[in-house]
Amino acid sequence: MVKVLYFAGLREALGTAGEDIALAAGVADIAALRRQLAARGEPWPALARTRNLRVALNQTLVDESAPLADGDEVAFFPPVTGG
Amino acid sequence: MDVAVKTSVSVCQEPFDLAAELRTLTAGRTDIGAVASFVGLVRDLGHGAAQPLLSMTLEHYPGMTEAALAEIVAEAGRRWSLLGVRVIHRYGTLVPGEPIVLVLVAGAHRGEAFAACEFIMDYLKTRAPFWKKEATAAGGSWVDARDADDAAASRWSS
Repeated sequence: MVKVLYFAGLREALGTAGEDIALAAGVADIAALRRQLAARGEPWPALARTRNLRVALNQTLVDESAPLADGDEVAFFPPVTGG
Repeated sequence: MDVAVKTSVSVCQEPFDLAAELRTLTAGRTDIGAVASFVGLVRDLGHGAAQPLLSMTLEHYPGMTEAALAEIVAEAGRRWSLLGVRVIHRYGTLVPGEPIVLVLVAGAHRGEAFAACEFIMDYLKTRAPFWKKEATAAGGSWVDARDADDAAASRWSS
């Protein structure tokens, strides 16, 4: 299982702030997890459509090629706008 | 940064007091010759007089936010010789004119204080997980990230 979090406009589009996900067979990195989630039907294709989606793994910004392990925390969010 | 350097990061809902933070950062110190400060305010991004900004709500990623800010401050400390850093970033619902973010950077001289203060803000804008949502009479809308912020951050990488 991995813990998946969504923030800001993506959280609103998906209607949830997060969930625990069992990785499908062969899902070994964040790009594959994103495809797994986006394949679930509306509203989940929003995950595939969001431009410039940012990804954090265990609370550090990473590329989608980052490998996943059981117990990881993955967050998907739009580009940040603080300050 | 050496052990004498005081760095502190806060993510909170409450307003901050610039003068009090400055006093705390410099208390008992005689080696600090310069403190650069930056205060960011809630600004009406200008949808016209018919739709003035009513409020701005900041969402963040608890846990990662604090870690990201601490890492940005640590990176500033690796790039410049600093004597103290204080960062406060607010979240929640704020009204136009209210302060959002404070960065104080203390050094022996103004050069490193100015540069590190600007660096911290540029990195914060592109790396700290905050998101702004504007509320007007027409409803709420998420603020889009600006290419200019990416450009400002990228000029520090070389």
